[in-house]
Amino acid sequence: MIPDLGKYAGAVLGAYGASILLLVGLVLASLWQARRMKRALDAVEARARARAGEATDV
Amino acid sequence: MRALFLRDLTLAVRAGGGFGLGLAFFLLVAVLVPLGVGPDQATLGRIAPGVLWVGALLACLLSLDRLFALDFEDGSLDLLATAPVPLEGVVAAKALAHWVVTGLPLVLAAPVLGLALNLAPAGYLWLVVSLAVGTPALSLIGAFGAALTVGLKRGGLLLYLLVLPMYVPTLIFGAEVVRRGAQGLEFGGALVFLGAISLGSLALLPFAAAAAIRVNLR
Amino acid sequence: MSIWEYANPMKFMQTSGWLLPWVTGMTLVCLIGGLFWGFFLTPDDYKQGSTVKIIYLHVPAAIMGTSAWFMMLVTSLIWLVRRHHVSALAAKAAAPIGLTFTVIGLVTGAIWGQPMWGTWWAWDPRLTAFLILGLFYLGYIALWAAVEDPDTAADLTSVLCVVGSVFAFLSRYAVLFWNQGLHQGASLSLDAEENVADVYAWPLWTCIAGFLLLFVLLVLLRTRTEIRARRIAALLARERRLA
Repeated sequence: MIPDLGKYAGAVLGAYGASILLLVGLVLASLWQARRMKRALDAVEARARARAGEATDV
Repeated sequence: MRALFLRDLTLAVRAGGGFGLGLAFFLLVAVLVPLGVGPDQATLGRIAPGVLWVGALLACLLSLDRLFALDFEDGSLDLLATAPVPLEGVVAAKALAHWVVTGLPLVLAAPVLGLALNLAPAGYLWLVVSLAVGTPALSLIGAFGAALTVGLKRGGLLLYLLVLPMYVPTLIFGAEVVRRGAQGLEFGGALVFLGAISLGSLALLPFAAAAAIRVNLR
Repeated sequence: MSIWEYANPMKFMQTSGWLLPWVTGMTLVCLIGGLFWGFFLTPDDYKQGSTVKIIYLHVPAAIMGTSAWFMMLVTSLIWLVRRHHVSALAAKAAAPIGLTFTVIGLVTGAIWGQPMWGTWWAWDPRLTAFLILGLFYLGYIALWAAVEDPDTAADLTSVLCVVGSVFAFLSRYAVLFWNQGLHQGASLSLDAEENVADVYAWPLWTCIAGFLLLFVLLVLLRTRTEIRARRIAALLARERRLA
C-alpha cells in the first residue's frame, strides 16, 4: 500500500510522522482546552444564575 | 533630560554593578572561547569577529534589567512619566546612559580582546567602527525589552528571550563588517545597514518603549 | 453588515459556533485529501527521489508559519487602535498554532535537508530565518504567560508583536546577506524558472489550502476558548465582589 520510498523511506516517514504528531497534538490540546473552558464557564454561569434566582426569591 | 542622563550615569558608576560588569563579562568571553575552542591561531582569527560581537551583545544584556526596574520599584518612574520631559526623552536618556556605561567601554576594550582572538590586523579598525555604530542599537533595543518587562517580578530571563531575537540583525551586520573588513572585502552595505538599524531604533524605539512603560504604570 | 460586528464577543461566539463544523469539514477534505494525494499518488522526483513528498508538509507549514505571525500583527494593531478584545484574544490564540507550524517547517526542513544537502542542519537563510521566527513566537507566548492583568498583557504583547515584526523582517534580509544559501528558489512563483512541475503543484496547493483551513479552524476554536476564559474571569470577579 505504501509506495516504494526507496532509500529515503526513513526520511519521508520520519517527516510525515513528526508533522502529524505535532498537528494532532496541537488539535487535541486545543480541543481539550476548549472543552475544559466550556465546562468551567457553564459551572460559573450556573452559579451566577442560581444567585440571581435567589436574589429575586423574596 | 541632561540631568536624568547624568543621574543615571552616576548611579551606574557608583553602584559598580553596571559599569565594570559588562566589561568583565566581555573579557571573560574572550578568555573562555579560546579555552573552549583550542589555541589554533587560524581558527581563532576566523571566528574572532563573531565571538567579539556575541560577547559585546551578551555584555550589553547584563545591565538591562536594572534600566527601569529600580525606578519602577521606588516610584520614581511614575514621577518621570508625569514630568515635563516626555517619556520618550526619558527612555532615550536612559538608553544613552546605558550605552555610555556598557557599550562605549566595549568599543574601547575591543581591540585588546581582538588581540586575544588573533583578529586579522585589517579588522581592528572595523571592529571598533562596527561596535561604535552598532552598540547604540543594542542599548535601545534593550531599553525596549526592559520597558516591556519592567512590571514583572522575575522578568530577567524573559527579557533576554525577548531581546536576543531582536539583536540578530545588528549582530549579523556588525560581525559581517568586521569579517569582511578583516579580509579586505567590500563591507559598505553591511555598515550602512548597521547604521540604519541604529538610527531607526533611535527614531522608533523610544516611542514603543514609552508606550510599554505607560501600560506598565497603569 | 461590517466585519466589526465580530468585535462583539457574543456575535463572534455565535458566528464561529455555526462556522466551525463547516470549516472542520473543509479542513479534513483538503488536508487529508491533499496529503493522501501527494503521498500516494505522485511520482518520485528524478533528483530528490521520494523525499520530494516532504514538500507537502514543509511548504504549507512554512507558508502558514509566516502568515500566522502576519495575522497576529494585524490583530495586534486592531487591538492597539480600536481596543477590540476579540482581536487581542485572536492574536493570543494564533501564536501557538504559528509556532507549531514553524516547528514543523523546521523539522521537515532538517529531515529533508539531510539526504539532500548531507547535513541535518545547514545555516541556510530560509531555515535560519524560520528559526528566528520561532524564537519570536516563543517570546510572544512567554510574555502573555508572564503578565497577570489581561489588558496589560494584551497591550504589551501587541507592542512586542509590532516591533518584533520589524526586526523579524530585518532578520530575514540580514540572514540572506549572511549566507547566500542552499535553498532552492520560490517553488510556486508565477514566473516559470524554478517552478515545481504540475503533477506536484496541484496536490501542493491542496495541502496549502488544508493547512490554511486548519489554521482558521484552530484560531476560531482557540479564540472561543479565550473569550470563555475572559468571561469566567469577569464572573468570578463579580462573585468575589458580591461575597
